[in-house]
Amino acid sequence: MSHLAWEIRITLLIIFAMLAVSNCMLFIKMRYYPGYDDSLIRHRIRTWWSLAGLFSLALCVSPNGGVIFFGLISFFALKEFLSMSPTRRADRRVLFYAYLSVIPQYYFATNDHYQMFLVFIPVIMFAWLPTRMWMIGEGDGFQKAAGTLLWALMITVYSLSHTAYLLTTPLKQDGAIGAVGAMNTAVQAPGPGLLIFLIIMAETNDIFQYASGRPFGKKQVSPNIAPRKTYAGLIGGITLTTCLAGFVGPLLTPMDLTHSVFAGCMIAAMGFAGELCISALKRDLKIKNFGATLPGHGGVLDRVGNLIFTAPLFFHFIHYFYHQ
Amino acid sequence: MNQILRIAFFALIVRPLMMIVLGTNVRRSELLPISGPAIIVANHNSHLDVFALMNVLGLKRLPSVRPVAAADYFMTRRVRRWFATRIVGIIPIDRSKIRREKGKHPLDPISEVLKNDGIVLLFPEGTRGEPEKMDEFQSGVAHIARRHPEIPITPVFMHGLGKALPKGEALLVPFFCDMFVGKPLDSQLNKRELMNQLSVSMDELAAELPIEAWN
Repeated sequence: MSHLAWEIRITLLIIFAMLAVSNCMLFIKMRYYPGYDDSLIRHRIRTWWSLAGLFSLALCVSPNGGVIFFGLISFFALKEFLSMSPTRRADRRVLFYAYLSVIPQYYFATNDHYQMFLVFIPVIMFAWLPTRMWMIGEGDGFQKAAGTLLWALMITVYSLSHTAYLLTTPLKQDGAIGAVGAMNTAVQAPGPGLLIFLIIMAETNDIFQYASGRPFGKKQVSPNIAPRKTYAGLIGGITLTTCLAGFVGPLLTPMDLTHSVFAGCMIAAMGFAGELCISALKRDLKIKNFGATLPGHGGVLDRVGNLIFTAPLFFHFIHYFYHQ
Repeated sequence: MNQILRIAFFALIVRPLMMIVLGTNVRRSELLPISGPAIIVANHNSHLDVFALMNVLGLKRLPSVRPVAAADYFMTRRVRRWFATRIVGIIPIDRSKIRREKGKHPLDPISEVLKNDGIVLLFPEGTRGEPEKMDEFQSGVAHIARRHPEIPITPVFMHGLGKALPKGEALLVPFFCDMFVGKPLDSQLNKRELMNQLSVSMDELAAELPIEAWN
């Protein structure tokens, strides 16, 4: 556990404390409103416990533990995507290569092969998968099949793997950066702090959106795609997340106040965009969710919608300003 | 059957396979029979169907679960025969011999299992056939129902494993398996009505999923 800065250990403890508080609140509510149907919320909180528990465990075991955690998430998300989308029978072998690509992509993330990490899916797989497809010799539905598969890989493997790279990316270690609040460990191994910052911002943004959209929300952002998302929720989410980022960023990451505020604002806005993208996808596939892997939430893809754009964007933001 | 090896196989190989590589989305698992005697009928797409179903039924019910399988396929080679009878625990039924022989009815082995409180898994399509396409159901299930009118017949619609491992393929490609459990059928109906009810029930379960034909 020595690779985790004490700020991070405290943050993890705070997360568990908040989960415990929500359990207590649920318990009190059940006590005073006996008819209240809580099964969805109860499942959801229980799933949060297991997700937070597994994630913390993975982080504590080794710096690469988090990489395996997100590698599995990518694999599950890709499996959900390909199970729900129409695929061609002829492409079974091509899909097999798509699944295999998770392993090299996360290997490159772990070992800081920056260029290979960037090109493996958008260049190498982009060339190989359609090639393997024409080799099979099925022309009917080629465009749809190739497009679906590459889009699936971009969403579930390429973009999510940036979370793993955040964990291992080496940053500049000059005195100016990380001076604000961050202790030595956070400067030497900034990865876990950056990743936890991203995840806390993306997830609390959901809560802030809900909290400000529920009482004040009237005008929907996109009534056909996500009827429950309102402008009030979106703006409230961005505002509150940005405030929280300004507070948490300098503590957990090498970012100063300005960068933290910018990152928080970006994560809130693009997290929202990612979620609506997944909603649009579900509308198209005529499904309510991507499965039942996470009770109370749906599938893995339903949960990671707020990371599909924010993970690569936040990673490159950090890489641009702070890379060694 | 070798119960220890059987439990070890299902706990250590089938369960991780179904949890990580494949994955099941079960709807209404509470409708599955809690204990035998019971009959579960499902559509058949892949060799994996039986493992997925047995995995969902769980280790507790495993000792009483017996899938009905084709003797003319599974009882041919020695290793296959050993695996099918000792580990999977099939009830072998020869698809080509449908007449009474030496005073024994071909369905007698199934009745025997049901009398011992077994849970019998039946794939009434009779073959995996074309993956993800439902063939017409054979009426064997109606004959069993006539012999045991008090035993519930639970229909289960399965989708996805035909994509993961279709007939004639050796490469396993990960796909989720959807498993929709329906309400038990009325076993007291006559043959025609029962088969009718079964296919209506299966079509209803299949309609829960917006699936396009898999070509």
